[in-house]
Amino acid sequence: MNTLSRRLGRGEGSVVGGWVGLAIDPQLVRALSRGREMILVSGTNGKTTTAEMLRRAWGDDTGGNRTGSNMTQGHVAALVNDPSPRMVLEVDEGYLGEIVAQAQPRAVVLLNLSRDQLDRAAEVRHLALKWREALRDVRGVVANANDPLVVYAAETARDVAWVRVPVEWRKDAASCPHCTRPLSYGPSGDWGCECGFARPASFVAELIDGSLSLGELTVPLELKVPGEVNRVNAVMALSALHTLGVDPENAARRLRDLDSVAGRYQTYPWRGRSVRLILAKNPAGFGEALRALEPGDEVWMAINSQIADGRDPSWLYDTDVSALAGRVVHCAGERRLDLATRLTYEGIEVRVMDQPSSTPVGEGRVSLVANYTAFREWRQMLERP
Amino acid sequence: MKVAVVFPELLGTYGDGGNALALAWRARARQISVSVQEVHLGDEFPDADLYLLGGGEDGPQRLATERLREVGFADRVREGARLLAVCAGLQVVGRHFAVEGDDTFPGLDLVPAVTVRGTPRAVGDIAVRVGSRLLVGFENHGGRTSLGEGLSPLGEVVSGTGNDGRVDGYRAPGIWGTYLHGPVLAQNPWWCDEILSELVGEPLAPLESVADRLYAARVREVTGRESAS
Repeated sequence: MNTLSRRLGRGEGSVVGGWVGLAIDPQLVRALSRGREMILVSGTNGKTTTAEMLRRAWGDDTGGNRTGSNMTQGHVAALVNDPSPRMVLEVDEGYLGEIVAQAQPRAVVLLNLSRDQLDRAAEVRHLALKWREALRDVRGVVANANDPLVVYAAETARDVAWVRVPVEWRKDAASCPHCTRPLSYGPSGDWGCECGFARPASFVAELIDGSLSLGELTVPLELKVPGEVNRVNAVMALSALHTLGVDPENAARRLRDLDSVAGRYQTYPWRGRSVRLILAKNPAGFGEALRALEPGDEVWMAINSQIADGRDPSWLYDTDVSALAGRVVHCAGERRLDLATRLTYEGIEVRVMDQPSSTPVGEGRVSLVANYTAFREWRQMLERP
Repeated sequence: MKVAVVFPELLGTYGDGGNALALAWRARARQISVSVQEVHLGDEFPDADLYLLGGGEDGPQRLATERLREVGFADRVREGARLLAVCAGLQVVGRHFAVEGDDTFPGLDLVPAVTVRGTPRAVGDIAVRVGSRLLVGFENHGGRTSLGEGLSPLGEVVSGTGNDGRVDGYRAPGIWGTYLHGPVLAQNPWWCDEILSELVGEPLAPLESVADRLYAARVREVTGRESAS
């Protein structure tokens, strides 16, 4: 079946089998989860990378939905195809309630919530409310205490393990999700509202000076995947494992060799150059990706607006592109003119790449930042030059 | 010239902050001096020549409306400040609008526009004929807006929904209302220049930029025909 799906060119092959399974039994996830230990990961950004970190750090015999199919069909397919006793599943934000109810997970890791694909997904505050209802009295939740929408979503759960990690993006949590009054933010990630809603006082872990801090214990993070955003992902993963009794120092050591995740951060030789592929799909993710760019790299950006990307690329204007100041940015993808216009209005010099064949000849490494389907197209192209 | 982006943390969900960026860039390219100020909730409300209101979710839209009422926003516009109101912004300055289900909420009553909840939600590319030219953009809203007596629509819907499937937005002295995101002024350089020209009170020198290519491509994409310019 999955071979069929691949042959039909319909993605990486996990979804078709899942659909067939679901047609047979809608309670399949419950049945397939029985007797296995499971961790779920959800949030707007960092799901795939954090799930991979969890798989590595949890130890051998850990499986999951590695292809990134993160809705019900993808979960079923992973559970059918992968017999591992431990499973880490990344979960699309809209499907969290369903799988939490069925899978009885040992831990549910909640990374962040921000605007993403507003043309097809719910507005983000509505999503937070859905989570809040789905997580009521659920145990094992490990959640980002610095993200007010995540806290709003998770505070109904039982004995939440709060983790303090930096959140750069605040534009979706300017007003209180309880009372809509303005939220105020302090310098160290603390936040609160007049109505009493505030960052939880207790926490199990935090990111301090690039290390994971667990009360008395400080665990240095040595990562090959770049940027603050991946230290945040690592802290979330290691904190979740810590709540399950996994030794954090051993777990951190298993993350050292991780240098790419499903093509993210992978470097390919291409037409005499070396191209590093970076995925960024929404304003919060883009801001993080641009901040993590190596100073010497040439920057290419590719933006599409397929259904999986969101049909409306106006989010480009919600994205902080100040990290690109002083660079020349080569604009590619279906919406290269939207991107070029957006950057021009910010005073950033652009070159429009009308075809991949018009990619610039030059020296040095390229960082190619692309959104979902553009990333997929470029990855295919770079893997088969 | 002073441009104020009003409550971007509440009315800025769909990239509408880019309207100020487009205005400022196109003004400066003609040596017109322009300052752009973001007005946040707690700030003292500033004077401006042009206020920009964007799109937002229900709760924040309600909060923005309450604050705008407190600071006497409607009077500022009646007294001569100009206003570009997009999506939720368009609804906010009307008589009343629907939030969170079918509850109605009083607007600022600057224009006789009334917004009720409509199904299905209008999501997708939209093109609107304004005079002899097209405005292109993206709409994403659950409102259906009707215009009271004496209030003209901005233009006629060519594809998409706008206010009601027939017309989009409204036009009153010093006020432009539209459902178009994009952001609308970034994607439609001719309209950005028209608004700018009205603000400075004289015609502007032509200006070529990559936005012209974007506009032509979007017009082709959304309407299947060449740009009507």
